[in-house]
Amino acid sequence: MAVATGSSSCCKLAKPCAFTTSNSSQSPFKLKKFTASPAKSTSIRCTIARDPVVPMEAKKESDPAPWQRPDVFGRFGRFGGKFVPETLMYALSELESALHKLADDRDFQEELSGILRDYVGRETPLYFAERLTEHYRRPNGGGPHIYLKREDLNHTGAHKINNAVGQALLAKRLGKTRIIAETGAGQHGVATATVCARFGLQCIVYMGAQDMERQALNVFRMRLLGAEVRAVHSGTATLKDATSEAIRDWVTNVETTHYILGSVAGPHPYPMMVRDFHAVIGKETRRQALEKWGGKPDVLIACVGGGSNAMGLFHEFVNDKDVRLIGVEAAGFGLDSGKHAATLSKGEVGVLHGALSYLLQDEDGQIIEPHSISAGLDYPGVGPEHSFLKDEGRAEYYNVTDDEALEAFKRSSRLEGIIPALETAHALAYLEKLCPTLADGTKVVVNFSGRGDKDVQTAIKYLQV
Amino acid sequence: MAATLTTTTVGLAETFTRLKKQGKMALIPCILAGDPDLSTTAKALKLLDSCGSDIIELGIPFCDPLGDGPVIQAASARSLARGTNFNAILSMLKDVVPQISCPISLFTYYNPIHKRGVENFMSTIRDVGIHGLMVPDIPLEETESLRKEAIKKKIEMVLFTGPTTPKDRMKAIAEASQGFVYLVSSVGVTGARTSVSDRVQTLINEIKESTTKAVAVGFGISKPEHVQQVAGWGADGVIIGSAAVKILGEAKSPQEGLRELEKFIKSLRFALP
Repeated sequence: MAVATGSSSCCKLAKPCAFTTSNSSQSPFKLKKFTASPAKSTSIRCTIARDPVVPMEAKKESDPAPWQRPDVFGRFGRFGGKFVPETLMYALSELESALHKLADDRDFQEELSGILRDYVGRETPLYFAERLTEHYRRPNGGGPHIYLKREDLNHTGAHKINNAVGQALLAKRLGKTRIIAETGAGQHGVATATVCARFGLQCIVYMGAQDMERQALNVFRMRLLGAEVRAVHSGTATLKDATSEAIRDWVTNVETTHYILGSVAGPHPYPMMVRDFHAVIGKETRRQALEKWGGKPDVLIACVGGGSNAMGLFHEFVNDKDVRLIGVEAAGFGLDSGKHAATLSKGEVGVLHGALSYLLQDEDGQIIEPHSISAGLDYPGVGPEHSFLKDEGRAEYYNVTDDEALEAFKRSSRLEGIIPALETAHALAYLEKLCPTLADGTKVVVNFSGRGDKDVQTAIKYLQV
Repeated sequence: MAATLTTTTVGLAETFTRLKKQGKMALIPCILAGDPDLSTTAKALKLLDSCGSDIIELGIPFCDPLGDGPVIQAASARSLARGTNFNAILSMLKDVVPQISCPISLFTYYNPIHKRGVENFMSTIRDVGIHGLMVPDIPLEETESLRKEAIKKKIEMVLFTGPTTPKDRMKAIAEASQGFVYLVSSVGVTGARTSVSDRVQTLINEIKESTTKAVAVGFGISKPEHVQQVAGWGADGVIIGSAAVKILGEAKSPQEGLRELEKFIKSLRFALP
């Protein structure tokens, strides 16, 4: 486990539950009867109330403490797993073994902490948003207190770098010198290109041709940082297709290449590993909340595309039943328009990019093209752990439209002087519906996942300023 | 005309047994349903049957074929753009399978199976006379329920092994695989290569040390020379995917595609023992 160095930022890699290494003398490939994770045998369906102001129905009292997140098979309840071609299975088990060792590797933990502190700029502030709080203050003077966890202040402007740094160090440990990544908005691509420049690794980023157009600034940045950006024209030419292409590259070059997946999606161990590299967000938040007001946050809110910034904030608090976890997805043009990316609201369970999770699909099991004004939320799937938390009723998932996100984009800029990424604006937008329902003095922490400079060209088309 | 359960065609494993007795190797071409269109697929199935195929693999198009190279990706996209869906494919098969003497195996990614429900999917394909199933994105660990249902419905579920599979795991795969063992010839996605890696020879030997089941080699095979090489290394069968898909899908017209496909398959048949 991590050793706290002098720095206040520390990254801990959890040991996967009941993990058996592939070096054990017993063959790990004994054919087992597949059973769901022992903690939960029923699937609890979560209904999202039509009126988003009403909190979701309380589920039967279930204690999160014994949940295996994930179990030995990489499952979160029934979600997750490893649904990939046989060629990748060995690389995945190699990754699992490496992670298992690193959890106890003091040198690795110290090196990672040092980079997060001196290169990335952690810890990020937990900032009291005075004017946003005032905006939500009721006529009688009461209302919630809004805090922003400033992941936008990280080097490269978003939370993505936490994971990129961790995985780059891991890749070096594995002796892989070629790095590939997929990217939607470009933030993960930029983060990956950044760490590859920092560590001298070859970097190839796959990006949907459509995304390259709407995030041209990030494309330039990646190339400036020395990465090769490859346009993906197949399918919808967005994040899902870039991910498929990255997986194909990995299948082909698995012996020399590490795939830095950018979110808590994909085959095991990625959802766990990416979450664990981002878990520093939640850990810092707990300490900062204690320092600032002597308690815990009451509500955590984060936008959800694949779900990495949300899991990074939530993970620390999953076992704290008195902390509400709220994820906000993209409703695009509205849930009934068919043009959205609200996977957890409108999706069904299926397999995409290696994991069993909710996804937007048609009656044939073909993936439906999502839409969101924000490229980073424009993904038809979602990380399996979010699917699990939704079904368990531990986390609540809502959604906001493009228009609502744009309003929030403007509001944050006007009231706090902080321009949010359009993705982040979705979390901020949900405050409009949430705050009127919260008791006075409720401590709300919004994961401010990224800055919005990359989005001004998009916003210009829609906003009158 | 109602389709009957094809009692006239034998399954995959039985096909290999018969061929072995005759000292022959199995020729297994693969085409993608709906590219260029389903009526051409129907004709192609009959054609492949008549020019010496022993088993035919039929791919179901999927929007995110992450184990496939540019040829099959493009074919899948074309097929889906035409509106090909599973029910239409089933309809075509219901009609065509009774006219075909060799067994057909379906190749599909897992999500379409999951969407229909495993039990329902297996029954449905059995009802139209399908004998085998290959699912490239489901590893051994996740196949338990599929294999159980497949066995119940007498569908032979073929599993994959390849150059990155450790020996222990390869043995477990070979043990669990039905019909035959699919040996992926190289690290990568589907698509023709200039040559077949000679690692394949070692891999064939290793598999044969642990099982008496037939071993067929696929990925990258596109020429008579490849086929002969693989035959020389002791493979029991050879699978031709992208090369056949490309000929059929990228021809100037469906008729030309069928003509070229026939020539191609015959040339490979000629090269095979």
